Amino acid sequence: MTSLILRTATRYMFPPLLVFSVYLLLRGHHYPGGGFVGGLFAGSAFTLYALAFNVESARKLLRFDPRDITAVGLAVALASGIPALFSGYAFMTGTWWKVPIRPGVVIDVGSPLIFDIGVYLVVLGVLLTLVFSLGEEE
Amino acid sequence: MILLPVLPIIIPLAGAILCMLFRRNLALQRDLALSVSTLLLIVAVGLMAYTRDGTIAVLHVGGWEAPLGITLAVDMLSSVMLVLAGLLAVAVSVYACFDLDTPRVKFGFFPLMLILLMGVNGAFVTGDLFNLYVCFEVLLTASFILLALGGERPQLEGSIKYVALNLLSSALFLAGVGILYGMAGTLNMAELAVVVQQGERGGLVTMVAVMFMMAFGIKAGMFPLYFWLPASYPTPPAAVSALFSGLLTKVGVYSLIRVFTLIFCTDPEFLHTLILIGAGLTMLSGVLAAASHYEMRKILSVHIVSQIGYIVMGLGLFTHLALAGTIIYLAHNIIVKTNLFLVAGAVNRLKGTYDLHKLGGLYKERPGLSILFLISAMSLAGVPPLSGFFAKLTLIIAGLQQEAWLIVAVALIVSLLTLYSMTKIWAYVFWKPAPNELPDLNPMTPAAWFIFLLPMVGFTVITIGIGIFAGPVFDYAQSAAGQLMDPSGYINAVLGGGE
Amino acid sequence: MEVLLAIVIGTLYTGGLYLMMRRNLIQLIIGLGLLSHGANLLIFTAGGLRQGGAPILAEGEKMFATVPADPLPQALILTAIVISFAVTAFALVLFLRTYQAVGTDDVDELKETDT
Repeated sequence: MTSLILRTATRYMFPPLLVFSVYLLLRGHHYPGGGFVGGLFAGSAFTLYALAFNVESARKLLRFDPRDITAVGLAVALASGIPALFSGYAFMTGTWWKVPIRPGVVIDVGSPLIFDIGVYLVVLGVLLTLVFSLGEEE
Repeated sequence: MILLPVLPIIIPLAGAILCMLFRRNLALQRDLALSVSTLLLIVAVGLMAYTRDGTIAVLHVGGWEAPLGITLAVDMLSSVMLVLAGLLAVAVSVYACFDLDTPRVKFGFFPLMLILLMGVNGAFVTGDLFNLYVCFEVLLTASFILLALGGERPQLEGSIKYVALNLLSSALFLAGVGILYGMAGTLNMAELAVVVQQGERGGLVTMVAVMFMMAFGIKAGMFPLYFWLPASYPTPPAAVSALFSGLLTKVGVYSLIRVFTLIFCTDPEFLHTLILIGAGLTMLSGVLAAASHYEMRKILSVHIVSQIGYIVMGLGLFTHLALAGTIIYLAHNIIVKTNLFLVAGAVNRLKGTYDLHKLGGLYKERPGLSILFLISAMSLAGVPPLSGFFAKLTLIIAGLQQEAWLIVAVALIVSLLTLYSMTKIWAYVFWKPAPNELPDLNPMTPAAWFIFLLPMVGFTVITIGIGIFAGPVFDYAQSAAGQLMDPSGYINAVLGGGE
Repeated sequence: MEVLLAIVIGTLYTGGLYLMMRRNLIQLIIGLGLLSHGANLLIFTAGGLRQGGAPILAEGEKMFATVPADPLPQALILTAIVISFAVTAFALVLFLRTYQAVGTDDVDELKETDT
């Protein structure tokens, strides 16, 4: 039932889709994007793969059980609220750090980004749990 | 203090995450669920102590002051509910270790239970209508899966009715939230209260209030919106039924109380009278339906409905004393109803059936279990000196003060009929000789059986305790009701205005 | 614009409620979906329709030059959409299981637990 066109196209589409999902995730603080859309994008990349080939190979490609991804994502999102506590602010207050990535280039990394990464993982995990279990049905 | 109000949400979430990560280690999941529930209970008691003198614990999550950000506010009513939820969680975790079959545990009973608790606690602590909606959805989604877990045919049928009606109620709730936002430009409950009290657009407010009444009424199981309840609650295993009967409808009732004392209290002649009529019909129809059933869990499920009527009756009367009665009744009902479901589960564990006609003679075999049932059943019916008696007495005195003769008469008649239903179960299951010898299916060792019974013993002790220490309990309920009747303290605490 | 949206919302509600009262399980799900769309659109409309920019202050500014669009209704709708997405997905699985267990998609046949 899988078509050659879909399979070939998926091979080419899959990496850009994943890269684009990360781009959406990082862009999300000030512009349209964010963890939810990014997670959906990554999830649809894997769904596409499962449609083109089969669920089993998509699972293998993912390496981790989607339920573990969900749990880790929730943990990351929860953990993003904690740094504020050490500075004496209310839970989940945005906290920012300056991270030098190259001499002369410093970027702002904040707890909202960590939260977004958590959301990304949760959405990816939940979506794939659903899709995989429905796909293995028949 | 900076963290205290958010802990009841974080702790179950962290527990659920750990349970999900250790999916394969079932023994560890059990221990985790039990310790997380215990921790929750401790935190809840801490919150209760903190709010004891009438202070309201407020947390602005993320440092965004109300009404801009997400506000959590815990007053006395919230902290009572949190303590009860914690108690229930501990009891159900202990019970579930023995009652649930391995496939259900493997599929994730414990993480789901903890996520359900997160939603329930979130609904109790939130100070924002939209977050209330989100918490409702969290607990509903978890409850959908818990209800269908196992996939037996009656469970699936019950789940469909439950899912369809609850989603309808959520859509109504959401629409009400939208209209309120359009009207007031805020969803913070304290600020909404201020805006609504200014008294503009009274008609629109009343309409939205009725939408909320419908939405929460479906979730709480009020007449005539409760038909999903007897169709779905008796279908899952006893641990799940007990959890649902103790918490889910009560979250609906809590939301009714919160919204109709804080926000929609400008037109009590219409709104609260409507609630009162609903309460009377809920009581009556629930108890009459129970008379026709001969299955233990079915009887108990329709009795949930009739008990909801009593709880809501206090809100409908809308006086200080009546609200105090509502709070006592809420606490009493959560404890006693859960306990009855647990005992019913134990009976099923012993004999493999819930059918009144097939059961019998249990008093001779298990006098301890029978006494536990008898005390809870009598408490439910309102026999002194147990907790149900004082709860009903408070409500009835409040009704007499308001000269609401009709509702008082209904409450008394329903109380009598409740006694009839409970005596029916007692006579059929425990008293009459067994129709034909059912083999004892219980494979537990006496030690395991003892631990299995512990939660029920605990609840029974509490119902007797509330009866004996009725004075302090009543004082507490009085001050909690005082906070509800005079929302200015809540509003000032959240908005930071006033002083 | 508001009148148009009001008509659309009304149509969504009517369609949703009509489908929910049908006897078919799939129509029940579609009806629930339409109902939640109606509610989302209602929030959007009730929140006030206004043309404005994104409510993000540019670097160094302290005030908005023009009145920005209200972001809150959109945030509420986004949350509600996510929730209804998850719930609909669950409902689909549940209904599929029920169909497999009972062998019918007629709601009228599901009355074993009603007596």
